[in-house]
Amino acid sequence: MAAAKKSSKSNVSAEELMSHYREMLMIRRFEEKAGQLYGMGLIGGFCHLYIGQEAVVVGLEYAAKEGDQRVTSYRDHGHMLACGMDPKGVMAELTGREGGYSKGKGGSMHMFSAEKRFYGGHGIVGAQVPIGAGLAFANKYRGTDDVSFAYFGDGAANQGQVYETFNMASLWKLPCIFVIENNQYAMGTSLQRGSSTPELYTRGEAFGIPGEAVDGMDVLAVKEAGERALAHCRAGEGPYILEMKTYRYRGHSMSDPAKYRTREEVQKIKSEKDPIDHVRDLLVTGKHATEDELKAIDKEVKKIVSEAADFATESPEPALDELYTDIYA
Amino acid sequence: MATKILMPALSPTMEEGTLAKWMVKEGDTVASGDIMAEIETDKATMEFEAVDEGVIGKILIEEGTEGVKVNTPIAVLLEEGEDASAAEDAASSAQDDRADEDSGDSEADSSDGDDSAEVSTKPAAQAAGDMPEIPMENIPEGTKFKKQTVREAIRDAMAEEMRRTEEVFLMGEEVGEYQGAYKISQGLLEEFGARRVIDTPITEHGFTGIAVGAAFAGLRPIVEFMTFNFAMQAIDQIINSAAKTLYMSGGQMGAPMVFRGPNGAAARVGAQHSQDYAAWYAQIPGLKVVMPYTAADYKGLMKSAIRDPNPVIFLENEILYGQSFDVPEMDDFTVPIGKAKIAREGDDVTIVSFGIGMKYALEAADALAEEGINAEVLDLRSLRPMDTDAIIKSVKKTNRCVTVEEGFPVASIGNYISSVLMQQAFDYLDAPVINCTGKDVPMPYAANLEKLALITTPEVIEAVKSVTYR
Repeated sequence: MAAAKKSSKSNVSAEELMSHYREMLMIRRFEEKAGQLYGMGLIGGFCHLYIGQEAVVVGLEYAAKEGDQRVTSYRDHGHMLACGMDPKGVMAELTGREGGYSKGKGGSMHMFSAEKRFYGGHGIVGAQVPIGAGLAFANKYRGTDDVSFAYFGDGAANQGQVYETFNMASLWKLPCIFVIENNQYAMGTSLQRGSSTPELYTRGEAFGIPGEAVDGMDVLAVKEAGERALAHCRAGEGPYILEMKTYRYRGHSMSDPAKYRTREEVQKIKSEKDPIDHVRDLLVTGKHATEDELKAIDKEVKKIVSEAADFATESPEPALDELYTDIYA
Repeated sequence: MATKILMPALSPTMEEGTLAKWMVKEGDTVASGDIMAEIETDKATMEFEAVDEGVIGKILIEEGTEGVKVNTPIAVLLEEGEDASAAEDAASSAQDDRADEDSGDSEADSSDGDDSAEVSTKPAAQAAGDMPEIPMENIPEGTKFKKQTVREAIRDAMAEEMRRTEEVFLMGEEVGEYQGAYKISQGLLEEFGARRVIDTPITEHGFTGIAVGAAFAGLRPIVEFMTFNFAMQAIDQIINSAAKTLYMSGGQMGAPMVFRGPNGAAARVGAQHSQDYAAWYAQIPGLKVVMPYTAADYKGLMKSAIRDPNPVIFLENEILYGQSFDVPEMDDFTVPIGKAKIAREGDDVTIVSFGIGMKYALEAADALAEEGINAEVLDLRSLRPMDTDAIIKSVKKTNRCVTVEEGFPVASIGNYISSVLMQQAFDYLDAPVINCTGKDVPMPYAANLEKLALITTPEVIEAVKSVTYR
């Protein structure tokens, strides 16, 4: 993570730090609970947890404004919580219940919220990238100043459609931020084994798209980079690439034993780079919050997640006639 | 030795063109590569270059002449030292050639050895001739009709819908400045500007995904594929993103858009450019699929497709683009998706078809009538949703069914119709349903093999005779 930019950490208010802490903790606790429910057989299929990467979406959502859009891959729970979707609706979708965002018909990988301008939740690696540019296309077509965030991983960064999209997004100056969440592993293939050039933020150079590497474990650095990218897009300068150097603590999905990396490697990141510990340290050393205040947040978050889990297990399965609804508008 | 210069074929499906302008006059010396004339096809105006050097001895076709058939001698080229009498001789033999053409001999005259280099082989599908017309339904009394090509009908439908709402835009390769690879979007850039008529790079996967994203955001994209063969590069976005999102989002958002372009065999373009995708797309829940035959249906269904809140696959046909049909002159003529039409009434057998297949179905019905077999011909027009009620209703009357399509035989549209009839009209069937399809081979290039691979009218006639036990 050598080249990644650090945050300047100047003029950050206590409120902001508290907000980051709370939002990141919400994602972490939510994902831990989802892992637990998966183990109990209440969540089925594929379930990709976001633990370790929380600073990326929390920092970028802090920089975004009302009206901006986001679209991502199947590792999408964190994005939904960070853009303000209800944890109950998200968890109930994971359990495949009527109360889920997609009435139980989408599942972990396929969730949407028209209200929060969250356009999925896509199960096909890389497919969300042109879709994100298409959202930006609509913004430009309609003359709004909204910007779309197209999130994808280091694995998807090798997909052909990503480069087709870079070309058109730059050619047409689409207000789109391509967020590469480089968590170092494309399922079991490390960046070094799958990418001829590991500096993913430079992948737009051939298309004239500026890019920067960001310390994706530092929420303040993420937010600042997001602000630069948003300003670039809103000024009509076209797309921008942010490579977030981050790390996922869990396997690729719940069924991944993660034999491709050592326990020591994961442990080292957890103890030295954890994004939530980092903000907690800032809050405590800067005397912005007391231990009691932080414990109160922990308690509040746990309660919300616990209620979400209760809702998700109590919500009924979808009615059988839902099988044939929502196929055609 | 004087050489006849022949009207060239400038596209795979060109049958005739306009000799727009001569760039040389009699007595001019030309060298290989010199531009001799401008020839207007139904797709574009093209420059016609000299292949051999020599002197233009005689111009046989005046500039401005329309409907000049491919391979008609248009001028005589003299070799150095030859005089005008050679031109006269060649010209008179050229008149004979034209008489041959008129007498219906569609084969190019290749008996004259010197001409062989300039003889273009005629495309197999060119034998098509004029497409049979079929009656229209639900047209108010007193409505006037105009003759319009399928090409013009599609363009008018798009233009009318683009005038109706700003949310509709057209995107694809060469749709703007080039005026459309098949001239479908002619004039749209001038009327609607580059914001709404968008030329894309040759990246189907990417631009289809961008259009899907724009549709998620509520715009109404029309995506033109130069041909549906190229849409295979984008089929993940069409199926996984466009077709499934409404369901996966619990009804929150979908992709109100049209994917359109020529589908199926054109003529002599080989395996990778000649495939009918009707059965592929018809299989996918969440998509609507239409494949019209007449210009009126092209127009009415295109307008319905653009207004439809779902992703619609609009399968066109290159051979039909230049064919003319009656189109009603109405302010807002639409045809509902999912409704079949009886193209010809009959009692003895039901022939079900769609798209270019209708040509074979109608030709067969004409020929069969002369033998006393009255076929009912049903034009499906839409493949998803499919008007199976109309098929069943007709088969209950005729008790026999033959399906006609250009696509491959395995898991075809005809196979599905057969299964529907077996399950829902078994007691009414007096014979097994026969599926007439393209052959189970990649499309060959050789003219004779291509002809063999495609469905033909005699095959349809044969099938009907088989189910009617004649």
